[in-house]
Amino acid sequence: MYNFVESLRSAFQSIRAHALRSFLTTLGIIIAVMAVIAVVSLIQGFSHSVTSTFANIGSNGLTIYSYETNEDYFFGKVVKVTPDDMQDIQHEVSGISNITPVLTLSDYGSGAVQYHNQTAYTDINGTTSAHAEHSEFYPVMGRYITPSDDLEHRRVAVIGQTVITNLDMPKNPVGQYIEMFGQWFKVIGVLKKLGSILGNDQDDHLYIPYGTAHSLLGASAIPDIQIDLDVDNLKHLDSVVGRIRQILRRNHHLKSGQDDDFKIQTAAQLADSINQILNMITLVLGGIVGISLLVGGIGIMNIMLVSVTERTREIGICKSLGARRSDILMQFLIEAVTLSLIGGVIGLLLGYGIGVLVAHLVPQFLGAHVPWWAIATAIGFSGGVGIIFGIAPAAKAAALNPIDALRYE
Amino acid sequence: MSPESVLELHRVSKQYVMGEATLDALKDVNLSIYRNEYVAFIGPSGSGKSTLMNIVGCLDKPTSGEYILNGTPVAQLDDNALARIRNREIGFIFQNFNLLGRANALHNVMQPLIYRGIPLGERKRMATQALQSVGLGDRLQHLPNQLSGGQRQRVAIARALVGKPSILLADEPTGNLDSSTSRDVMAMFDELHRQGHTMIVVTHDQNIANHCRRVVHLMDGQVLSDTANAIEGELQEALRRV
Repeated sequence: MYNFVESLRSAFQSIRAHALRSFLTTLGIIIAVMAVIAVVSLIQGFSHSVTSTFANIGSNGLTIYSYETNEDYFFGKVVKVTPDDMQDIQHEVSGISNITPVLTLSDYGSGAVQYHNQTAYTDINGTTSAHAEHSEFYPVMGRYITPSDDLEHRRVAVIGQTVITNLDMPKNPVGQYIEMFGQWFKVIGVLKKLGSILGNDQDDHLYIPYGTAHSLLGASAIPDIQIDLDVDNLKHLDSVVGRIRQILRRNHHLKSGQDDDFKIQTAAQLADSINQILNMITLVLGGIVGISLLVGGIGIMNIMLVSVTERTREIGICKSLGARRSDILMQFLIEAVTLSLIGGVIGLLLGYGIGVLVAHLVPQFLGAHVPWWAIATAIGFSGGVGIIFGIAPAAKAAALNPIDALRYE
Repeated sequence: MSPESVLELHRVSKQYVMGEATLDALKDVNLSIYRNEYVAFIGPSGSGKSTLMNIVGCLDKPTSGEYILNGTPVAQLDDNALARIRNREIGFIFQNFNLLGRANALHNVMQPLIYRGIPLGERKRMATQALQSVGLGDRLQHLPNQLSGGQRQRVAIARALVGKPSILLADEPTGNLDSSTSRDVMAMFDELHRQGHTMIVVTHDQNIANHCRRVVHLMDGQVLSDTANAIEGELQEALRRV
């Protein structure tokens, strides 16, 4: 029985004996694994930050908004989700809370906001106090919109932190006045900083009371709103979605066979679809970089073939001492695999280091994250490369005739 | 077949095909070697002595004929079986020592025991003992290039002895050594023979052959003569008895 440990020891001895050459040989593997891990760690870290951001929003949240089908567009039909729809949902669907309209005013105008001489464009929404609960929007300064703000159509605004920067406002802008739609609004609160998702700044928003927003459009206008709500028990998510769909289809007079003119989206769905895209990017980039593993493997094969020729005499000696074919095969195969695994591990550490470094330099990432499957794949692949590209040199070594090998100078 | 015979060759021939020509390296060689014999294969280069050594050492197979080692026919065994026999029955000592350059003396001597599956601790113990027996107990950690020629050959002898083989097979063991070191090595061979080892020395040097008790003279692939050798040691022993 051959001693596996002995092969391993011999492999390390031989790798140490040619330290520089071994390093250069495995450099291809190091770079390949490093690139894979750096890319994967960044994308996965990003995906993690997306997921955790959505976890903040709450995975039990539902968002309903109008959606124009091709048919609607063709017939020039204007599709809307209306305040009446919201009222019906509120009355007819049980097990929901924090239902709130969001009226995006910037869709109706330029979204320009002025402070002194500074003009900025932002996302202006009319909403209610329930929106703070739904989105877990907590003001870090001042207060959020209250029911009485809404009821009395007060001209007040809660702003995100990007808006402060863009308008050159003082650090604490509460009590300042800004101008939009030709009206003066008093800043009553500033929202907690949220960062960005996929380059979408979550802090470039401005909220005013829903009643105020509606009155700006004209009291008789029927606005197209977005409805946000929370489902109390996630187990009932499907039935709640089904019920809402029923109500909206009824209200919008849709016949069976006609497509919905609205969308009901859950936060989890949104997070899922973003993660799906990210996973696809991971796979494609990982695959491209994986090709370089192949190149690294060829480098290992090349050096192993040279090494077999160099050590022909050593092989002859071992054979004269009673080494079988399988012993020699194992020795060289293990050496190739050890070489590429060492490269894999070094690449893993370097790649992770690069990921952490980039994550530090780019503030939008929460941090690099290397999932266990990436580690397993990187190590598995480099080991596999060692086996695939080590087998030919090892077979060549094992097949040497002992007499010729001993005579080799 | 004598019960004491270690090896027997019956009509062993070896042919090498080189392109169109066929070279007869050995022609119908018959030979028996008994336990504790001290035999020299002597002959000029091309006489077939190296081929004979390769076949006796199970590094090569005869083209025809029979080779019986310790009562077992081995002429047509497969590579793995031959490797096993080399490992257990044959102790090689080469002209150029053939030590593993990257391994120290201890590891060189331990190497054949690896293929026998002996655990590390036991391997170390056996190899240390073998090196001590050749007087290198204080050189265990030295690499071959830190040792003199004579010391290297003694490491090689320790490596050949460590597995307790049936035959010690030495190929020009003093070919790379100066004359005084050669004398030391041959003295060691004489001592090993006295201890009961079966020794075969392949050489072209009559002085070396003179140490052996039996000289097999090869020429053109055939045994030219096979004679008992009354050597100095024996003569002196006889004289002492008188």
